[in-house]
Amino acid sequence: MSGLISILADGIAYGMLLFLFSIGLSITLGLMRFINLAHGAFAMCGGYAAVVLLNGFGVPFLLTLPIAAVLTGAIGVVLEQLVIRRVYPMPELQQVLFSIGLAFAAGAVANILFGPQQQPMLLPDWLTTRVDLGVVEITGYRIFLILFGLVAAGALVALFNATLFGARVRAAVDNRRAAEGIGIHVTRLFAITFGLGAAFAGLGGALAVGFLGLDPTFPFKYLVLLLMVVAIGGPGSIAGSFVAAVALGAIDALFKYYVPEVGSFVIYGILVLMMVFFPKGLASRRAA
Amino acid sequence: MRLVRVGAGLPLLLLAVAGYFLFPEYLTLFTSLFILSVFALSYDLLQGHAGVVSLGHAVFFGTGAYTAAILARHGLEEPLLGLLAALLVSAALALVLTRIVVVGNDLTRLLVTLGVGFLVFEAANQARDLTGGADGLSDFTMGPVLGLFRFDFAGETAFFYSLAVLALVYFFLWRLAGSPFGLALRGIRENVRRMPAIGAPVRRHLATAYTISGGIAGLAGALLAQTSNFASLDMLGFERSAEVMMMATLGGTGSIPGVVLGATGLGYLKDALSAMSPKYWQLGIGIVLMLSVFVLRGGIAGAFTALLRRLRGRA
Repeated sequence: MSGLISILADGIAYGMLLFLFSIGLSITLGLMRFINLAHGAFAMCGGYAAVVLLNGFGVPFLLTLPIAAVLTGAIGVVLEQLVIRRVYPMPELQQVLFSIGLAFAAGAVANILFGPQQQPMLLPDWLTTRVDLGVVEITGYRIFLILFGLVAAGALVALFNATLFGARVRAAVDNRRAAEGIGIHVTRLFAITFGLGAAFAGLGGALAVGFLGLDPTFPFKYLVLLLMVVAIGGPGSIAGSFVAAVALGAIDALFKYYVPEVGSFVIYGILVLMMVFFPKGLASRRAA
Repeated sequence: MRLVRVGAGLPLLLLAVAGYFLFPEYLTLFTSLFILSVFALSYDLLQGHAGVVSLGHAVFFGTGAYTAAILARHGLEEPLLGLLAALLVSAALALVLTRIVVVGNDLTRLLVTLGVGFLVFEAANQARDLTGGADGLSDFTMGPVLGLFRFDFAGETAFFYSLAVLALVYFFLWRLAGSPFGLALRGIRENVRRMPAIGAPVRRHLATAYTISGGIAGLAGALLAQTSNFASLDMLGFERSAEVMMMATLGGTGSIPGVVLGATGLGYLKDALSAMSPKYWQLGIGIVLMLSVFVLRGGIAGAFTALLRRLRGRA
């Protein structure tokens, strides 16, 4: 029983990271219809920012998180303004090629700057100690990740459902032309949401270093999982992405632990089955 | 367009033969470029002609490579039989997979092919007894082609062997593209909704195209396994699928000579940049891809056609 809980905690913590990685991708796909296969590169960027700050400059761990998020978000906005916004109107194939190119280039730049090896990260003591929860002991880091993910998801849901900004984004997702017609500045909205998505990926990347590791293959390593979260959760749906990410994380952890022979198949099998039977995802905001 | 299509095959073949005499020390590189071209042509039948994108085409390439390698390991040393077997096995696999690939729009297709690609990769990784796992298969020997031409150290046999296969595939696809079936595929690419209205069985056409494409990709994989005496997991991997998509697109989707030029050009670039370091190849390909979306929309073939049109306009 305690084994099961500890594995589940592992899986849910993993799911929280997946959620942070993929929420930006979900928004860009739902809002701009932009297939961004390079979204993982933003997570990698946040990860390297955190590693450099923590190991190079001795910045405390909790402070590295907002800096990594803001830095990645800024890079995202700049990229969006300079090039990516010109890619939105292109056909899907061109978007795929562009973003694969971006992901390759980002991985190569990381490789040239930091080398191909895994980046070490020294976590503070309060995250590495095990916490006794009565039934089971879990490392502080898992608990921190789970709480952090819950807070982030809650904040995002509030942002999108309870603020004027969120209402504008939802309006633009549902019907771009009508939204423009009533005076919503959709292009600027795109830039802000793109930056926001990049910032969340960067935050996830910074949090993930101590859990998943970090090396230049990062953008492609989690690509399939990110796309799955978005595809299953339904592009543009925050709650859908959250449920999909946590479920995938938990399923992955359970199968890898209990049935390791088929563990790595299950996730991809789910993806293929999902796409065959529910090609529009479980909770897409778009009815068409 | 028609002029480029009809006229380019022969000069390309002559160029390849000239390469044999001019650069005899680079025969192995030429061989690998021919194989890449066959692979890119197989993928272009899907993306360029039928308009179906895929991020998992390396599945068929790898299946062909392993089929050839495993058969050779069990004593079937005649390369042509190995090729034929690889063609059949990969085509059969494509036929099985076509039901799930043909459904949906571009995004779901990308996801499904990506998922299938990773599934097959994991399966090959786990089936260590059959595929050698992460070490790959190299403990096999190939017999002489047709019992006559031994694979030599300088790579002359491999050169002509793969060039012959490339020429055959090129000719076959060229004929196919001009046939009623090829035209139907183009119709599907241009407007998938109207095709049923003129009585074209869209699903069956796509399934046929997918099967042929998978078979030819298997042929390319078998060629690589036979000429390099090696079959490994990276022949199935995502990077190879992404590469073939780039090659076909940069060459100019839907143009057979353009795709061959794209594959040889990128293949050469990869060889040259990887000789420095794989990271420079990745940086280079990343930048080329990002730029290509803006400046080379029709690929090499598109740029060539535009050039021809401009020249003619002036004259």
